[in-house]
Amino acid sequence: MSDIGISGPIGQPLPRRPFLRRFFDSVPISVLIYAVIVGLIGYGAYTGAQGMGYNWQWYRIPQYFYRVTDEGFQWGEIPIGLVATITLSVTAFLLAMLIGLVVALLRLSGLVVGSAVAVGFLELIRNIPLLVLLYLFYYVLGPVFGFDRYVASILTLAVFHSALISEILRAGINAVPTGQWEAAKSIGMSTSQTYRYIILPQSIRFMLPPLTGEVVHLIKSSAIVSVIAVAELTTLGRNIISDTYMSFEIWFTIALVYLAVTLILSIGVSFLEKKYAVDQ
Amino acid sequence: MTQSKPMIEVTNLDKYYGKFQALKNVSLTVDQGEKVVICGPSGSGKSTLIRCFNGLEWHSSGRLVIDGIEVYEGAKEIRELRQEVGMVFQQFNLFPHLTVLENLTIGPMKVRNIDRAQAEETARKYLERVHIPEQADKYPAQLSGGQQQRVAIARSLCMETRIMLFDEPTSALDPEMINEVLDVMVELAQSGMTMVVVTHEMGFARKVADKMVFMEAGQIVEVSPPDKFFTNPSSERCRLFLDQILEH
Repeated sequence: MSDIGISGPIGQPLPRRPFLRRFFDSVPISVLIYAVIVGLIGYGAYTGAQGMGYNWQWYRIPQYFYRVTDEGFQWGEIPIGLVATITLSVTAFLLAMLIGLVVALLRLSGLVVGSAVAVGFLELIRNIPLLVLLYLFYYVLGPVFGFDRYVASILTLAVFHSALISEILRAGINAVPTGQWEAAKSIGMSTSQTYRYIILPQSIRFMLPPLTGEVVHLIKSSAIVSVIAVAELTTLGRNIISDTYMSFEIWFTIALVYLAVTLILSIGVSFLEKKYAVDQ
Repeated sequence: MTQSKPMIEVTNLDKYYGKFQALKNVSLTVDQGEKVVICGPSGSGKSTLIRCFNGLEWHSSGRLVIDGIEVYEGAKEIRELRQEVGMVFQQFNLFPHLTVLENLTIGPMKVRNIDRAQAEETARKYLERVHIPEQADKYPAQLSGGQQQRVAIARSLCMETRIMLFDEPTSALDPEMINEVLDVMVELAQSGMTMVVVTHEMGFARKVADKMVFMEAGQIVEVSPPDKFFTNPSSERCRLFLDQILEH
């Protein structure tokens, strides 16, 4: 009886795996090791906080999610900030998709000017730090073109992420075999019809996984707009701390909220991927 | 048929890929309803030539007139021309995300603006003609290679084409599926379609060809009717080639 999934010559048992390997792979030992590691981290954080005399006040956290007062039910700062973060991210993502698609099509157009413009844009954006880009939009372009901090944040996030998104779109489009182009052309389709009915529907399954990664990345990098005080999740968290000095509890909570949102997103998209895989 | 203009008129065609010359001074005419079979060793320019006929490749110099339309890079009429000229590829190139029926209707509906009901009726008629009416709602991946190639033929026919180009239509097929595709092509030939076929299926060529063309190194070496071509070709190179492929 072997515990590896292959069988040897009939009548000859396979050699067993080394003892140490079996030992560490067994369920109780794995669980124990995992528990010990997590426990050590938790204990370290706890004693560290004890050592600096930190006064844990977890009981004060729920009021930042919701309050029930005489006036009835009220959402707290954290859900309000979360909604702002999601609105900001969704708007920025849609805009980034639009810019990304234009840049990708420019690059795929085969026109020398088109690819030159696209490559120039990509290299520029990819080599400027996100924070600097944000300052450029808020302190330089904002006053020049007269837009506020909220618009500046959306533009910054959209432009920054459109660079990678355009590469994802381009790779997805290139992954469709050239025979599909030729077949579409040979029945008289125009370039835009070919993209719309033949190429893009087939590219989606190549694009979904990396695009999900990019959305997660965008939600996380949206936290940076707190430096220009746009009222989203991170900014509201910082405001609560400046009122209450509960930095440990609040930052832990904020981190968990981001984690929950991005995990839910990833799980949702993996369902979508399965659906598209079945349809093919 | 009274004196009509040729369907395809090729005059002194040259085609370069960078410095490599793929077609050298090729001239050929194909009349309406004529069946032309092109053969020759690989790399001889057969595929390049017929890919020029519907603008998948552009010739570098010379003149190419298809069904009265002059073909050149940037020609405005190229999309109209492509609707007249159907092409069947070696690798079928069906649209994998669409069902068989949708593969057949998407061209008529989107390019010719025909309504769905009528497009589906036409599609079913041609599926009947390629002997697979029962596969209409399947996806290409669920069909055998021979069935896929017959769907590809039907897809071209649905555009009501006047010329059909075949680029090695049976080369990617398992041997037992070759005949089902050739049978459909023979029937199509008998219906009077103008056909240009690149193939090494000499049995098919004997049966349907009006004109045999032998190409080598980008040049047309021999053009002759099939009885002369198979029994007494005028060029030595063509004789050698035929010996090689007819040996078995």
